[in-house]
Amino acid sequence: MWMLILTELMIFLSLIGSYFYVRAGEASWPPPGIEAPPLGRIVVFTFVLLGSSVPMWWAERAARAGRMGGVQAGLALAWAMGAVFFANQVVEFRHLGFGPRDTVYGSLFYAITGLHGAHLVVGLVMNGVAQVKAALGKFDGGRHLTVDVVSLYWHFVDAVWILVFSTVYLSPHLLR
Amino acid sequence: MTTTLEPAGQAEPAEEQVEVVWHDAPGLVGFLTSVDHKRIGMRYISTAFVFFFLAGVQALVMRVQLAGPNESVLSPRTYNELFTMHGTSMIFLFNTPVLAGFGNYLLPLQLGTRDMAFPRLNAFSYWVFALAGTFMYLGEFIGRAPDAGWFAYVPLSARAFSPGVNLDFWGLGVIFVGVSTTVGAVNFIVTIFKMRAPGMSLSRMPVFSWSILVMAFMVLFAVPALTVGTALLEADRLFGTAFYDPSRGGDVLLYQHLFWFWGHPEVYILLVPAMGMISMIVPTFARARLAGYVWVVTSLVGIGFVSFGLWVHHMFATGIPPQALGFFSAASMTISIPSGTLIFAWIATLWRGSVRWSTPLLFCLGFASIFVMGGITGVMVAALPFDLQAHDTYFVVAHFHYVLVGGVVFPIFAGLYFWLPKMTGRLLSEGLGTWSFWTMFTGFHLGFFPQHILGLMGMPRRVYTYDAGLGWDTLNLLSTIGGFLFGLGTLLTVVNIVRSRKRGAPAGPNPWEADSLEWSVPSPAPHYNFLTVPVVDGRHPLWSVPAGGASGALQRATPLTAGLEAEPEPEIMEVPEETYVPFLTAVGLAIVVVGLLVEQAVVGVVGLVVALAALGVWLWRTDGDLQ
Repeated sequence: MWMLILTELMIFLSLIGSYFYVRAGEASWPPPGIEAPPLGRIVVFTFVLLGSSVPMWWAERAARAGRMGGVQAGLALAWAMGAVFFANQVVEFRHLGFGPRDTVYGSLFYAITGLHGAHLVVGLVMNGVAQVKAALGKFDGGRHLTVDVVSLYWHFVDAVWILVFSTVYLSPHLLR
Repeated sequence: MTTTLEPAGQAEPAEEQVEVVWHDAPGLVGFLTSVDHKRIGMRYISTAFVFFFLAGVQALVMRVQLAGPNESVLSPRTYNELFTMHGTSMIFLFNTPVLAGFGNYLLPLQLGTRDMAFPRLNAFSYWVFALAGTFMYLGEFIGRAPDAGWFAYVPLSARAFSPGVNLDFWGLGVIFVGVSTTVGAVNFIVTIFKMRAPGMSLSRMPVFSWSILVMAFMVLFAVPALTVGTALLEADRLFGTAFYDPSRGGDVLLYQHLFWFWGHPEVYILLVPAMGMISMIVPTFARARLAGYVWVVTSLVGIGFVSFGLWVHHMFATGIPPQALGFFSAASMTISIPSGTLIFAWIATLWRGSVRWSTPLLFCLGFASIFVMGGITGVMVAALPFDLQAHDTYFVVAHFHYVLVGGVVFPIFAGLYFWLPKMTGRLLSEGLGTWSFWTMFTGFHLGFFPQHILGLMGMPRRVYTYDAGLGWDTLNLLSTIGGFLFGLGTLLTVVNIVRSRKRGAPAGPNPWEADSLEWSVPSPAPHYNFLTVPVVDGRHPLWSVPAGGASGALQRATPLTAGLEAEPEPEIMEVPEETYVPFLTAVGLAIVVVGLLVEQAVVGVVGLVVALAALGVWLWRTDGDLQ
């Protein structure tokens, strides 16, 4: 799993590198006529997403201690927080004043956030499988590999959001 | 499954009992479901060789067209398709997977374990490769082969200039085959870190296994850039995004950066395992220990690092700032230091030993001489002023064929002659092998040496014909003759292999008196590899005392070890039974790719459902395996 995360991280870095590479060649960024994405709402939801690592961490600890109730509650809460974040992204995309086909700025914005969204969906599916397994009593104090793997991946998706957020949301405001 | 290791030195289990536990279905069912790393490895090798011969035929047809001035065997369009598919096949569908095949077959045997860390993932990786290769060739069969060169630069490869579906076969196929390479790399790394035989510390690991480790890490860092580069290209082509469209602020050079950030390390992703093979074969036939084991391993790792600082040297002619060019030019020359170290280590090994001549060694020496010449022209094109002259001429074509054919294909043939007896249990004929080598060696130089001169005379690459009276005629004709001679040489090896299946002498466990663990088991290796897992006490296990050790053979399981010193862990790993799941997951992905190609969302969704369902079953069954 660590190896997979390493190579996934390289995908994100390649895209983020592309973002700054293209940006370096542009006179104004975002291009004229496009507003940088507003920060207010996304900051709140960023805390929701990053916060979801906490219940995930509970679930992991509960699994190690063999408390199956804690595992289920932690996974479910993390799932809900991830889903709320995802829903907000979908809603927000409708309100942005640019699409992926207008300019390279839009293409990059949607490629990076979209890739993160796809990872989040994979995380939600994996989390779901783990919840079903937990409900059917497939784990105990010694058998909880699925929880560990899901949790590791979940933390990765959260952590990489910090990079994505800094790039596509913060950087147009900070670096002018 | 938590089971404690039995103490070392227990009695060996009976072979018949073990055979029952490690059954592997025969026939078509076995073909689709096997998770045995040896079957998968051999399948990788044979599938890759199919693509090798397809690429060879394409090359020869091109050489016929170029044999004389103003020939009209091929239309310009067909010529473009042929050189695109030739390059694509050789890089993506032959060199990379054939080395993965050797890695798959040999790694568990060299490490003294019974399978890869993720056997089903291994099967999946093979199926993705086979389906991706088939997918890329679909275009050829329906007369719409990709035609923008094997690196498909934008804007030529953009929708506006390549309107047909041709390029989509290439772009989607490259992304698809990248999945296989990445998954394979993860598997190699985990296998090396978790499954070495007890006592095989990293400093005792065979050099070939080391080279696979370096290669796998390079893949993890490099392939994502290719995936992103081609995914953005396909997004532009299929969904109308603007990544490479300057009229909407996009940047065509971005594609070249992303492509070569993978593309240059890729050369070393191929070279490093090839050099690993050489480092196993040379000491065996020199009958001496490899000179400077630590230096050799350090050089391989060094090549891995430096290769990431070179990519811009493919782009010297694109108008990049001179400071950057200076840096990349210097870095490009630096790589000759670790490469040179390796060459001297092999020479020193031969010098110290008492050499026994045989076909694998011949191919090693052929490799070394050709590769050194490719290295010298490499230093030449790394020098900026020279590169600006030679760029996009036949000089570059000659250079990279010296590096890739000399540096990778020759070692692969050496590896075939060396390890095939282990895989089939039959020795190849030395006589035919020697003939094959000299035909290939002569044909190679006759084919490619004149191309250096042609390049210096100004012949550009990728032209489908040329005028008479430029002084290029004789050299081109020689090159064509050489190409056919080389092809004949490879066919001699095929004849040799086919002949050996019936008439080859039995190989026995260790025909070459080599030192690594794969030679301690019968040839062909049994499904379970090792009846008792060996305990390793040095770099040359078979040249010191053979040792018996921990088992697990009767539980279809293999021990796990941890840390640099490979200390046994209290738990063992169960090796999964045969399963259709990896095949079905790969088929699902293939359907997704076809859906993107024909731009039908329904097909894509069907593929996604198949893949996810298969993946669900896979995850569901996982907890029992690795605990």
